[in-house]
Amino acid sequence: MADQVTMEVDFTHRFASGVQVRASLVQDVAPGSMLVLFGPSGAGKTTILRALAGLFEPDQGRIGLDGAVWFESSSGRFVSPQGRAVGYVAQNAALFPHLTVRKNIEYGLHGAADQRRLRTDHLVELIGLCGLESRYPRQLSGGQAQRVALARALAPAPRLLLLDEPFGALDATTRRALRSELRTVLRDTRTSAILVTHDRLEAMAMGDLMAVMVEGVIRQVGPVADVFKRPGDSAVARSLGVETVLPAIVGDVNDGLVTLRIGSGTLTAVAEAAGKTGDNVFACIRAEDVVVSGQPSAGGSARNHLTGRVIAIEPEGAVDRITIECGFELVAAITRQSREELGLGPGSTVGAAIKATAIHVVPKV
Amino acid sequence: MDWTAFWVSVRLSTATMLVLIVVGVPLAYWVAFSHRRWKFLVEAVVALPLVLPPTVLGFYILVATGPMSPFGRWYASTVGRGLPFSFQGLLVASVLYSLPFAVQPFSAAFAAVDPRLIETSWTLGVSRPATFARVILPLSVRGLVTGMVLSFAHTLGEFGVVLMIGGNVPGSTRTVSISIYDAVQALDYQAAGSTSLVLLAVSFVILAITYALQRSAWAAWPIR
Repeated sequence: MADQVTMEVDFTHRFASGVQVRASLVQDVAPGSMLVLFGPSGAGKTTILRALAGLFEPDQGRIGLDGAVWFESSSGRFVSPQGRAVGYVAQNAALFPHLTVRKNIEYGLHGAADQRRLRTDHLVELIGLCGLESRYPRQLSGGQAQRVALARALAPAPRLLLLDEPFGALDATTRRALRSELRTVLRDTRTSAILVTHDRLEAMAMGDLMAVMVEGVIRQVGPVADVFKRPGDSAVARSLGVETVLPAIVGDVNDGLVTLRIGSGTLTAVAEAAGKTGDNVFACIRAEDVVVSGQPSAGGSARNHLTGRVIAIEPEGAVDRITIECGFELVAAITRQSREELGLGPGSTVGAAIKATAIHVVPKV
Repeated sequence: MDWTAFWVSVRLSTATMLVLIVVGVPLAYWVAFSHRRWKFLVEAVVALPLVLPPTVLGFYILVATGPMSPFGRWYASTVGRGLPFSFQGLLVASVLYSLPFAVQPFSAAFAAVDPRLIETSWTLGVSRPATFARVILPLSVRGLVTGMVLSFAHTLGEFGVVLMIGGNVPGSTRTVSISIYDAVQALDYQAAGSTSLVLLAVSFVILAITYALQRSAWAAWPIR
């Protein structure tokens, strides 16, 4: 198996409604890794997935995988979905209602009956569906149905798995369980995947690479941490919704609080779902939750008191977004009046206080 | 009770139903999934027998299959006898007359299959014809049964078209409805009554069984 899968998606399409989608995404994807296609609802994410799956033919452009051209408007080439061998899992599981779980998983398999059976058995075990083989879809819970859909898509061993908000309709607990199972299965089967989501926590938790889509255009592509750290433009930053996202390692956990090691600094957060010591997580902090003062102080109820230097000030209406270097880069939002009263400018030394409850910890799966 | 006429009607209805499965399923598939601009024209033509008087339909079929038309002459010279006033002619007329009763429930059922299931099947590498056989058909069983029963029952009860094209040949084109009409004309109310009662009972039993199997009150009506 080749080490990297090169994906080429470059097309434009104008829908009858006037909505236009411009997708440009040429990316090497490592086997078993996941590219998250992130953006608000209606940004055109599903259009890209459908174009890759061959369920939709764009007006113009080129789509291909690893040198194979699936769609090329200039030559009129269009490979049918059957010829592309990609797995596709939709938001609702879309299981065949007249077939049992076993028959659903077996659906896309060819070859001798005993080989199909062997492959199905393997997937049933891999995805944790033992005991459900003879059930019909209507007898399954949402999470179980989604697992079957996943097993069915993986059965023919696709080069690429396309996941369109597969956890959207599930409750939080099931979602968390399925996320980590999915990551494990993809790693074990060395299947590359594209996951569409509008949930930034899901993007952080699941993604290796991330493409941000706003209003029909892919604005930025890169490793998840980089995208959150350095949004390419204000539209991307707005869609991400969180100003500071820091890769961290879980330190001590005690008394309901957790210490996060971030670069050379540490932060204290509420343990919530932080996991155990040594885990990789993201610490997310909204700019509004950072209190800035003229000098370092240890007063008040906040658990985190940091000292740093202002490295950038970006006015945004009545509010200024200031970036503080304090062992890591922290973004704070303060009113222009406050900033003027404090006399802050680039290079000023400031104190920053953050309550432990304002730090959101997202475990990396 | 005219049992000869009764069996002609049953044979005609069964043959019509079978021909309509062969002709109606592909036509219904096309109506359900085609994106052609002129699809509405085909839909209108298929639905015409719902609104046309049977005599009008019968008249055109008579003209089209009679010795005045090239088709009628070709058929007569090939087969050895003309289509009008034969069982085969009656079958052609019945198929056309019952077309909407088969095609509309079929295509409504095909169109009601969740398109995501069809697309999922394609992405799993299953061809369009195989997807039709493995996903669309099994999920359209109700509509298929409805269309078959309706076309059977509709043929069983047809009168005007038979009158126009069938003539009244006992054992060949004299159907049960014609037989009843003749009996009434001859003032033989007893024969008309018993034949009517059999037709009523048979029709009711067929529909009742269908609805009982489907357990959904008015699903049989071809609504689109």
